[in-house]
Amino acid sequence: MAEKYIARSKAIAARKLGSEMMIMSAMDSTFFTLNEVASAIWQAADGRTPLSEIVVGQICEEFDVDPERAQRDADRFVDQLSRHGILVVSDQPLVEFSVSSESQ
Amino acid sequence: MMTPIAATEAVSIEIGGTVFALHTRHSVFRGLIKDRYAGFLGNSLSSDFAFDIDLYEPSESSLADADLEVKVESGEWVLKRGDFTARWHPDTRHGYIRQSYSPYAIDCVLRIVHSLILARQGGFLVHAASAICGEKAFLFSGVSGAGKTTISRLAPPDATLLTDEISYVRREGNRYLAYGTPFAGELARVGENRCAPLSALFFLEKGVQNKIEPIAPVEAIQRLLRNILFFADDPELVKLVFLAACEFASLVPLYRLVFFPDQRVWDVIR
Repeated sequence: MAEKYIARSKAIAARKLGSEMMIMSAMDSTFFTLNEVASAIWQAADGRTPLSEIVVGQICEEFDVDPERAQRDADRFVDQLSRHGILVVSDQPLVEFSVSSESQ
Repeated sequence: MMTPIAATEAVSIEIGGTVFALHTRHSVFRGLIKDRYAGFLGNSLSSDFAFDIDLYEPSESSLADADLEVKVESGEWVLKRGDFTARWHPDTRHGYIRQSYSPYAIDCVLRIVHSLILARQGGFLVHAASAICGEKAFLFSGVSGAGKTTISRLAPPDATLLTDEISYVRREGNRYLAYGTPFAGELARVGENRCAPLSALFFLEKGVQNKIEPIAPVEAIQRLLRNILFFADDPELVKLVFLAACEFASLVPLYRLVFFPDQRVWDVIR
C-alpha cells in the first residue's frame, strides 16, 4: 500500500486546550475537537513524515496501543479530516505544506 | 414618499467608542437616524469612519429579508441585501450606502461593519444581553428564546442595561469591556451608552431553580462561536473570530446559568 503523507491545511485555525485540540475550518466554519491521540497525529502532520512512521514512532510509543489498530484508527481519522479539507493527504511528501510541529 | 433634499450633513453615531459619521442630504432621514440612535449620537468632527448615504427611489424594490452577502472586492468590503448595497474601505475609512428609507437597513450595515472592525481587534458582537451591576458587566448569551429578554427585564433597578439582544465586546489589554448598543431585541429599548469591564459570561438556560454551573472550556468556546455575529464569507476573518473566542474564553469566566424567571436570579449573578 502506498505511503501517506499528511499536512495541516492552511485554511484552518487551531488552538490547543489542555489535551484537546480545537480546529475550525476557515472555509466552512466547521468546528472539530480532537482527543489526545488525534491531537498527537495532528501535530505530527508536517507533510514530510509518513503516517506509518507517525503511528509507530509516536502514537504507539506514547499511548501504548497495538500498531495494527493504531494504523487503522489513524487512517480513518486522516480520511475524515481530509474530507473536510482540514488535513491534506498525498502519497508524496507535501513540501509546500511543510510546517514546524510547533506552529498552529 | 421620498424625503426632502437638503445639503449633505452628518449624523454621528458612537457605538463601542467608535464614531461613524453618516452623511446624507435627506433631512427627514437624518431625523429618523437621530431618533433611532438617540443616546448614541457622537461628534461628527472626530469621527473614525464616514459613510455617504443615498436613498432608493420609491419605485425600487427593497427586500429586507433577501439573502445577505458580505465579501471583499479589491480590498473593499461589499455588503448587499435586498434593502441596501454598501461599500466600505477600511483603509480610507470611508464608505457608501445606498438603501431604502428604513432604519433596519442602516442598522444592519452598522452591525456588519462593527463586526468586521472588532474582528481585527480581538473583539466581537455576540447574541447576548448585557448589563452593568456594581461597575462590573455581565453577558447573558443564548439563541432566540433562551431568555435574553427575560433576564434583562428582571434586572434590578440599580443595574444598567447595555442591550437585551446584541452585546458589544472589545478587548483592552488582558481584559474585555462590554459596551451598550442601540441594537434592541424584544424589549425594543436601546441600551445605555456606557461600558464596564466584563466580569463573566453566562450561557442561559431556563430551569426550575437558579444555579450557576461550570462549563467545559471546549463546550464554552463552541457555544460562544455559535452566538458571535459573523456575516462575512471570508477565511481570514473566520480564523480571527475563532482565535478571538479562544482568547476570550481564556480570560473571562464562562458559566452556564440555569434560571427560573423571577428576580432572585440576580442575587445569584452578582
